Amino acid sequence: MKFISCVPKFKQIKRTAMSKLSLLTSGIIKNNPTFVLVLGMCPTLATTTSATNGFGMGVATLFVLTMSNIVISLVATQVPDKVRIPVYIVVIAAFVTILQLLMQAFTPGLYATLGIFIPLIVVNCIVLGRAEAYASKNNVTDSAMDGIGSGIGFTLSLTVIGLVREILGSASIFGIKFMDSDGILAFVLAPGAFIVLGYLMVLFNKLKSKIS
Amino acid sequence: MEYIIIVISAVFVNNILLSQFLGVCPFLGVSNKVSTAAGMSGAVVFVIALATLTTYILQYYVLVPLGIEFMQTVAFILVIAALVQMVEIILKKISPSLYQALGIFLPLITTNCAVLGLAILVVSKEFSFGGAPHMLNMVESVVYATSSAVGFGVAMILFAGIREQQELSNVPKAFQGTPIALITAGILALSFMGFAGLV
Repeated sequence: MKFISCVPKFKQIKRTAMSKLSLLTSGIIKNNPTFVLVLGMCPTLATTTSATNGFGMGVATLFVLTMSNIVISLVATQVPDKVRIPVYIVVIAAFVTILQLLMQAFTPGLYATLGIFIPLIVVNCIVLGRAEAYASKNNVTDSAMDGIGSGIGFTLSLTVIGLVREILGSASIFGIKFMDSDGILAFVLAPGAFIVLGYLMVLFNKLKSKIS
Repeated sequence: MEYIIIVISAVFVNNILLSQFLGVCPFLGVSNKVSTAAGMSGAVVFVIALATLTTYILQYYVLVPLGIEFMQTVAFILVIAALVQMVEIILKKISPSLYQALGIFLPLITTNCAVLGLAILVVSKEFSFGGAPHMLNMVESVVYATSSAVGFGVAMILFAGIREQQELSNVPKAFQGTPIALITAGILALSFMGFAGLV
């Protein structure tokens, strides 16, 4: 099965001999899933109405990413090449189901807010992309580190976007009001998501070109 | 009457791309040219109509009677992946010209979250189109999903038209590529907010 557009993007990334720590940090800045690779845009735009929601979505993705990376790196050598993508999807979908059941039991409020975007982690390009480009070719510890690194990068980006939208849109930080005002409603609604992400990406590009 | 309300609501008021954020990846990825955007939209409408019908039957005639609704995510994604493959094979055999137009977009559609998203939405959420909130029946589900897909096409083609013009203008370096596309999409979403309250 030839499947996705997101995999080749990862293949271009040079894999140098990296220490365990740089495996973790590469997902945060150099290969940041949101700002550099522009993957997983649907949850990024939809769930960042507040910093808490963004953080929750990030951690949920981090869980699935790490667990599926571990399992896929273990089974990759046993799986015939032709059916590997369906196998990966089943592994990912299984962990998403586990996550759904766990969240329903322990964080029902957050589960209700994030709604459909929890089951949609299955089709998040970041998860399948990491499985195909990294976990299938590397050992368990490296794959786990890679999953955690990308997961942290994704969580950080989502929290930052959520924070900006919350400050502008509802005049609060992590649910705590800092001003006696309602904020600009449009930033909590759909247009704000696109515009805030666009401008944050500009800022990220500017900072990156300053550093290098 | 109810079906007209469903169509207007799905295409304009609750546009799947600009207010529900489903299918944003192809929206940003293949919207450089109007012709490509139209091809992608055609493929999406076709697959979403089929996928919603299939998963609706799967949900109410297999998963619910067996009491395994928690398998929804796994079952749906597998069925959709198989369906897309099948559509590709059948289309290649019976209508090579249609395959020429839509073929290259089909493999991309499995990971289009609009397909899985709509399939899950129509069986899990209560909708109220002018009347009391209720779960959708089979015809309503397919109509709702198909018109959402048409809404995807409308937003996609509008956006591609804007981006074609944008190619000619001088965009600051830090804004080039995705950032300016996102900001443009934001303004488009802002104008779609004008439809709110229409239904």
